[in-house]
Amino acid sequence: MTSKKIIKLLSLLLVISSLSSKLYAADECFEKASRSIFKFNMALDNVIIEPIAKGYNKLPKPLKEGTGNFTNNISTLLSIPTSLLQGDFNQFVNSTGSVLINSTVGILGFLNPAEKMGLKSSKEDFGQTLGSYGLGPGCYFVLPILGPTTIRDTVGLVVDSYLDPFAHITIREKELFNISGNNLDYYSVKGATAVDFRSNNITNFDSLEKNSLDLYSSFKSIYLQDRSNKIRNSSSDQDDWGNLEN
Amino acid sequence: MNRVKVFLTFIFLIINSPLLAYSSDPKEFVQELVTEAIEKLSDKNLTNDEKAKFVEKVAIENVDINALGLYTLGELRKSSNESDLMNYQIAFEKYFLKSLTSRLTDYSSSKFEVVESEKKSATYTIVKSIISPENGGPNIKIDWRIFTKNPEKPLIRDLIVEGLSLARTQKEEFSSILSSNNNDIKILIKKLEEFVKG
Repeated sequence: MTSKKIIKLLSLLLVISSLSSKLYAADECFEKASRSIFKFNMALDNVIIEPIAKGYNKLPKPLKEGTGNFTNNISTLLSIPTSLLQGDFNQFVNSTGSVLINSTVGILGFLNPAEKMGLKSSKEDFGQTLGSYGLGPGCYFVLPILGPTTIRDTVGLVVDSYLDPFAHITIREKELFNISGNNLDYYSVKGATAVDFRSNNITNFDSLEKNSLDLYSSFKSIYLQDRSNKIRNSSSDQDDWGNLEN
Repeated sequence: MNRVKVFLTFIFLIINSPLLAYSSDPKEFVQELVTEAIEKLSDKNLTNDEKAKFVEKVAIENVDINALGLYTLGELRKSSNESDLMNYQIAFEKYFLKSLTSRLTDYSSSKFEVVESEKKSATYTIVKSIISPENGGPNIKIDWRIFTKNPEKPLIRDLIVEGLSLARTQKEEFSSILSSNNNDIKILIKKLEEFVKG
């Protein structure tokens, strides 16, 4: 990364830091545009991703599990530097151990022996790292294809492309331990990750779609809850029932 | 005469006792309730109407629909008048029962297991469970927020699926509808009624 890029990035982060005290997660950046993009994304999902995910679900179980393990193993690569940046040494050891064991004993990650050995890796990214530093999410919006996000998570997404060892050897075409790839490798794996995620959530998506009065808001709530849980590394502990609690 | 009285009392008790009485222990309560729901919903001898009636009965007796309705309404519950609140509660109950039937039917082919329970306070306990989809997908963690103010009659208040609260999602969905309609509760009621009719 050049020094100019680092300065630009830090400046951007400073701007976000100053904004984050004023913006809350529920605030929208530009709701009207986001709702239109959301509609486009849903149409894209209906026409392309969902049919592929349904077909993917029909694959033999070992093949499907193997693909899921493979994409998970690659996603865990990003957790190594981000765990360090979060000062979470335990997660750093778990992620590093998991990638090393699964990439070797687990035959390039198609098997997951690390989990059986008690290594629990969680997916960490730079957006979560900023959150762990206390930076608020900023306002919410929807990106074409990539889906729901916030200002903080969008900055995180850009930084991820520099921190992620897999992005380093593919989209940046650098060598790491004599391994290198290209753009196609990167987008193929990201596509497979998306299809694997979608296939595991066919019922959840269908159920949400059928029962929502405002699907856009449901997705927004789910996204923000999920990010908040990931930053805190714990699940939702609803305590906002107020006087209804008694 | 006494025999007749005893007989009539017995009949009265049978008619008025809940047909589906579950344990008062939150952990056993969830296990018994969901096991029975999955069994009924996957029973091919029952019609969809019979299944829906079963879910409605179970939900009315075991879910704190009234509190859930007020929670999902957010701050507006404090400023709305009684008549609007009553209309909202009626519409919410119908909406909730319809969406619950649909949701439970979606997951009825899954295996269910209660893992543990954690008493958070005198008024609520979290029961942790796991659902294993029949299609071989990854297990889904579901936490049940059980209201235990009356220890003899636990009530379900929320389902937290993989850390995501359904009540909170519903609340934020309603909040979005309200904020884009000048916080007019009547519009929310109308949307709930349209969902039920649709």
